[in-house]
Amino acid sequence: MAESIRISGGRVYDPLNGLDGVVKDLCVEDGKIVQECRGPTEVIDATNLVILPGGVDIHTHIASPAVNTARGLRPEDHRLLCCPRKPGLRSGVGFTVPSTFTTGYLYAQLGYTTVMEAATPPIGTRHTHEELNDIPMVDKGCYLLMGNNEFILQYLKSGDLEKIKRYVAWLLHSLKGFGLKLVNPGGVEQWKYGKDVEGLDEKVNHFDVTPRQILQALTWVNEELGLPHSIHIHANRLGVPGNYQVTLETMRALEGKRVHMAHVQFHSYGGEDYVSFTSKAKEMADYINRHPNVTVDVGQVVFGDATTITADGPWQYRLHKLTKNKWYNQDVEVETGSGIVPYTYREKNYVNALQWAIGLETFLLIKDPWRVFLSTDHPNGGPFFYYPWIIKLLMDAEFRSQMVKRVHKRVLSHTILPQLSREYSLYEIAIITRAGPARALGLRNKGHLGPGADADIAIYAEAKDKEEMFERAAYVLKDGQIVVREGEVVQSVMGRTIFADVPGDDDLVTELRDQFEKYYTVEIGNFPVPLEDLPFHQAVPTGRPA
Amino acid sequence: MAKSFILITGRTTKQGRTIHLGKEAKEYVDEVSSLEMNPADMEALQVKDGDRVRLRTDHGSSVVRCKKGTVPPGLLFIAYGQFVNALVGPDTQGTGMPNTKGFEVEVEKDDSG
Amino acid sequence: MTVAKEMRVVKDVTCPFCGVTCDDLEVHVEDGKIRDVKNACVLGKDTFLHHLEGLATPRIDGKPASIEACIEAAADILARAKYPLIYGLDSTELHAHRKAIELADLIGANIDHTSSVCHAPSLQAVQTVGIPTCTVGEVKNRADLVIFWGANPAEAHPRHATRYSVTVKGMFTPQGRKDRTVIHVDVRRTPTSRMADTFLQIKPHSDYEIFSTLTALVNGHDLDIAEVGGVPLQEWRDLVEVMKGAKFGILYWGMGLTMTRGKYLNVVAVLRLCQELNRFTKFLGAPLRGHGNVVGMAQVLTWQTGFPFAVNMSRGYPRFNPGEFSVADLLGRGEVDAALIIAADAIGNFPAKAAQHLKSIPLIAVDPKESETTKAAQVVIPAAQAAVAAEGVAYRMDHIPLPLKKVVDSPYPSDREILERIIARVLAKRPDDGANRAAPLPRG
Repeated sequence: MAESIRISGGRVYDPLNGLDGVVKDLCVEDGKIVQECRGPTEVIDATNLVILPGGVDIHTHIASPAVNTARGLRPEDHRLLCCPRKPGLRSGVGFTVPSTFTTGYLYAQLGYTTVMEAATPPIGTRHTHEELNDIPMVDKGCYLLMGNNEFILQYLKSGDLEKIKRYVAWLLHSLKGFGLKLVNPGGVEQWKYGKDVEGLDEKVNHFDVTPRQILQALTWVNEELGLPHSIHIHANRLGVPGNYQVTLETMRALEGKRVHMAHVQFHSYGGEDYVSFTSKAKEMADYINRHPNVTVDVGQVVFGDATTITADGPWQYRLHKLTKNKWYNQDVEVETGSGIVPYTYREKNYVNALQWAIGLETFLLIKDPWRVFLSTDHPNGGPFFYYPWIIKLLMDAEFRSQMVKRVHKRVLSHTILPQLSREYSLYEIAIITRAGPARALGLRNKGHLGPGADADIAIYAEAKDKEEMFERAAYVLKDGQIVVREGEVVQSVMGRTIFADVPGDDDLVTELRDQFEKYYTVEIGNFPVPLEDLPFHQAVPTGRPA
Repeated sequence: MAKSFILITGRTTKQGRTIHLGKEAKEYVDEVSSLEMNPADMEALQVKDGDRVRLRTDHGSSVVRCKKGTVPPGLLFIAYGQFVNALVGPDTQGTGMPNTKGFEVEVEKDDSG
Repeated sequence: MTVAKEMRVVKDVTCPFCGVTCDDLEVHVEDGKIRDVKNACVLGKDTFLHHLEGLATPRIDGKPASIEACIEAAADILARAKYPLIYGLDSTELHAHRKAIELADLIGANIDHTSSVCHAPSLQAVQTVGIPTCTVGEVKNRADLVIFWGANPAEAHPRHATRYSVTVKGMFTPQGRKDRTVIHVDVRRTPTSRMADTFLQIKPHSDYEIFSTLTALVNGHDLDIAEVGGVPLQEWRDLVEVMKGAKFGILYWGMGLTMTRGKYLNVVAVLRLCQELNRFTKFLGAPLRGHGNVVGMAQVLTWQTGFPFAVNMSRGYPRFNPGEFSVADLLGRGEVDAALIIAADAIGNFPAKAAQHLKSIPLIAVDPKESETTKAAQVVIPAAQAAVAAEGVAYRMDHIPLPLKKVVDSPYPSDREILERIIARVLAKRPDDGANRAAPLPRG
């Protein structure tokens, strides 16, 4: 394998460096993109090919105690996709919750090179890292769940924000987390009593703090610590008709601060029940358009099988009662919860079809592509390998209008999708799948093709059918190695685990020892994940920007 | 004369401890060959504490020593080990799990010395 | 290697013996030998104190051989086999699990572990209906009703009661035992019954009927029968009131459900009951996962292959079918033509017919200690005992992973290393599979 590669004659889309389909050569050396190629060089002839930075998935569920449970829960899911082993490649299975090696290979085939596991409970993060270690091909990181953490709720009750800050820092440092995740703040704690929260100002049992207080305190902490990514929020009342009010209120509570609202489609519902269910994507987009501090990922629904996996215990129970599908729940001591329910989105189901339309409305109504990112909240809205289908829907208004005619008839009178003729350009797709997420994550070496970037490159053959185009990359390079050719993985490589470089705090450990004894069931000495457990890693600097 | 009983097996503290001495160790063998019986059942079979009895199923037989216990009449208990394994058949009814607990055994006093 | 001569105290040691997976052991080591263990129960203490007893020795066909030669012989057997089995793995750790599965993938083996004859029916039941469950700390902090059903934790999980479920004090259970009602349901009295406020003695094989009855009562149906499972209906009605009236109930079950008539259907029935109770109160259930690191093997197997046990790789991709690929059936039907048994005493624990089959085929045993399996094996490779003489990761019964420390040295390699070396030797015999072995590491 040559140490340096020249990619010659391709059309480069590199939004972070302002390149919109410019034919230019790219030079790769020692795993990085460089200004000029020195030394003996392998040449990839990219004439008539399109070159993008490797994909960056800002919100997906591919490894965690809950993900692995979902995987084990659904043997029936795996019969839908079998991946035999090949020399140098491990066997595996799909479908909505693929096995780890298959997950890495499938992401690579699409041209993705960085993925973020969106939720891991602190006590289970050792597991998450080990599972991530078995996902090849991509760099990865994880967000730590904190929005229902009983130590944090206790400190919040006593008004000790400094303590919260120190504790969050210690969690990120010890567990090699990348970001701070809130899921149904306050609601998952209430679920320990079989309840939920309905609004931002409801008090949580025993701790007497509100979701609003949790949101504001942890957003403050996120910024104080200077974390590369903003706080990442799965708002209260996911999936519930009428929830758009709470979503808007959540964003208003954090006005002026950097905020990422996850899978916002699931939080954009009007109506009072699933019969009077309506779209509030316009209201959501209007707010987001006027508030540049907010980024979102859409959580687009894809028709077909899905597996819902969230920390949102009460929501998952609700879904179980609605569907009567099998239901897994695990409440996690001190920290959070989790729930899993298999689900299928149907074109002829009014609610599902409207959910699908709401996602697309969200993409098309938010004007700034730098603040709206492609996701399906995999596998909640559908498997990630259907991203190309979504790209086609965004780029091809004709295809979109055909789909609208196929789904449940009632949707037509409840969506403005037919009136939205906007078509995403390739440049904009490069933003919502690469440049935008990389920037929002604060990953300076990802999502672009300028000198100094990691040589994570996706090369596609231009095709009229954009789904076909993005399904199988012509070439994918990871750290300057060719890992995919003609849509097939040709070499398995290990990616890095990326985490936020937050300093340690030995004094805090002494202070925490007593609480650990009282309320946890593990020794504090066994809680941290040592760096040696992450054979390939990269620490991303933190601290207030200069 | 053989009588029919239901045999339950499981872990005991002693079995769990002596396993570390190796499965040939006297303490281990003694524990896993010790059959707990209801006193009334022992009387009916004309066996005393420490007497040998033969357990038999369609799959095999074991000779073990009986001891008075708190099991209800009709039930027997013996710790996990080779003596009970000899009695368990391979059929799992397609579940992967053999019929390890609660199967019928014939029990009779063993005078074979 | 130099054996340390001073007294060392190793803290926060994780015990590998049972699913309680205590991580607060304190092990005192002198001259490379474990002298004392604090905080452990008798089972854990013995695990560490007897670390030098009954050790296996490397041999081929009964004659002493080098580790290298044993590994070569093992690789030879496995490379040639048409329908091999890799089994055991409950007493080893995550990195060894990875290697075992990699080996299975490479040679197209069946791979199964001791859950198959233990809580696999529970796993199957969860695959059928799901489960409302929690980590043990939730029980410590909140449970005011604890039911043990068809299980004997007093003897199988000695510290469960004091660390998690009965006497322990937690956030909302400051009085410990006084804040809890404990109920034991089983076919016979055991030391667990003594821990309980109420003991209900039921007839063998009546669990499914009983759970169905309880679920009907929970849902407000009444039944025109005098007794179920040998217990009067009124006592079951009373139990339902206690369950509905709890703030946080937890039902732990054991082999009494998985090993008796009905098998996984018994567990489906108890899971449905727990799920129904959530309409009235917080009610959870959990299997008392037993031996060692059974949960860990299921975790790694699931993430690497998609399935938690009874996995077959002979078509080049993972397939799952209890009854077809589960170890008891593979051996009972005599289908396997070679076996690698690692970190478990298969022959000592299986029904006679299955054990017989193992003795009739080329057999490799990897174990720190002598066992029925090592006695019968053609190739015996002694391993450094995981959690004692080899580090790694193991999982607790509630799926929480914990680090394992290397407390003492061993002259033998770890399970992980042994498997790595076997893989290397198998690959050497199959050069076509060797592509990409030298995949470069990412830079920077």
